[in-house]
Amino acid sequence: MILGRYRSLLTAVSVAMLWWIAACSPSTAATSDPTTVMVKDFMFEPVSLTVKAGSTVTWANTDDEPHNVVSDTGLFRSGAIDTNESFSFKFDKPGTYHFTCSIHPRMVGTIVVQ
Amino acid sequence: MSDDRSLQSRRNALKCMAYGGAGTLFALAGGVFMPIELAVAAADKQGAARLGKPLFVQISDTHIGFNKDANPDVNGTLTQTIDLVNGMSEQPALIIHTGDITHLSKPAEFDLAQQMFSRLRTTELHTVPGEHDTTDATVTEYFNRFGKASDNKGYYSFDHAGVHFVALINVLQFKPGGLGTLGTDQLAWLAADLKGRSDSTPIVVFAHMPLWTIYEPWGWGTGDADQLMQQLRRFGSVTVLNGHIHQIVQKVEGNMTFHTARSTAYPQPTAGTGPGPGPLKVPAEQLAKMLGITSVSVVKHPHSLALSDTTIA
Repeated sequence: MILGRYRSLLTAVSVAMLWWIAACSPSTAATSDPTTVMVKDFMFEPVSLTVKAGSTVTWANTDDEPHNVVSDTGLFRSGAIDTNESFSFKFDKPGTYHFTCSIHPRMVGTIVVQ
Repeated sequence: MSDDRSLQSRRNALKCMAYGGAGTLFALAGGVFMPIELAVAAADKQGAARLGKPLFVQISDTHIGFNKDANPDVNGTLTQTIDLVNGMSEQPALIIHTGDITHLSKPAEFDLAQQMFSRLRTTELHTVPGEHDTTDATVTEYFNRFGKASDNKGYYSFDHAGVHFVALINVLQFKPGGLGTLGTDQLAWLAADLKGRSDSTPIVVFAHMPLWTIYEPWGWGTGDADQLMQQLRRFGSVTVLNGHIHQIVQKVEGNMTFHTARSTAYPQPTAGTGPGPGPLKVPAEQLAKMLGITSVSVVKHPHSLALSDTTIA
């Protein structure tokens, strides 16, 4: 009971801190967002992203060329993500998820869900 | 890439690989690829009338739906392209579209493209999809409209004027990190399709992505194309056409001529220039000189076909 209450408090503090970080450093929010994969210059950045189970990952394209995100296992497949558009997918289960851009299959990346 | 440079290096172009210029007409005769005419000059409005008697015209990479700086009016440049084809003194028997009909595989883009193609005086249109045509979640928009010829498989063949045409699909089944793929089913179908055909039958093969490796880091090639070439090698005249790279690159290997077509929408950088194969923005007055069609004529039936590239301005 006490432990549970402590956990809740810890969670609340963590959320508050995350909010504080996000609110106080808006200029770096886009690139340091721990659940965003930037799609730029025909590359995924970061090429490997680690998130917690239950996280929603967003791929944001800033190229003049559309890209897409296709899971190697068929778990997810975006439509074409055009310039300044994004695609999101929620990862519920831990695991390693590889994906590729089927328009430019040289572009590959990985989401590690813990 | 200037046309002058292309013309100067013509001899080298015949030996290996080169970037063709507007108005260069090539003939394949007895396995030897040679320029027979330099008839169609850029910015020549009579160009269309001087193209000769085309067997077919290849249109590629229309990218309907694209609206970025490299060409905010792809509908306008496709309209110019269609006018160019419709203005030819003798209409081609058929039109081939080598893919990337649309930019984002959206239904409205396909509908608009079909509406625009319906203005072509030549009504027989054969298509293959590009990777931009197959990005919808269910990969059905292209096949709902153009899948009938192939029973929704994407590959099919037909005969016209003694020439055997083979349409192939190499934009599905991507291996992550790899090139385009034909796949074992398609290659087995082709083996059966070619079986029993005389070596003297002229063959025209067309697909979206290059069927030979032009630049692997950008995925400009097909991983299992070698197996295709083994099947085609015995034929006396093989013409392999594709789009995808929005510029002309060609190669001759024995009796096989490989040729990529220009886009009607926007140019792309030459291999390895810049971060990737995206739209290339050029000064507005240059754009139309980098967009166009490829026309293929029978020169000496049935053994030789001639390729000619024409820009829309």
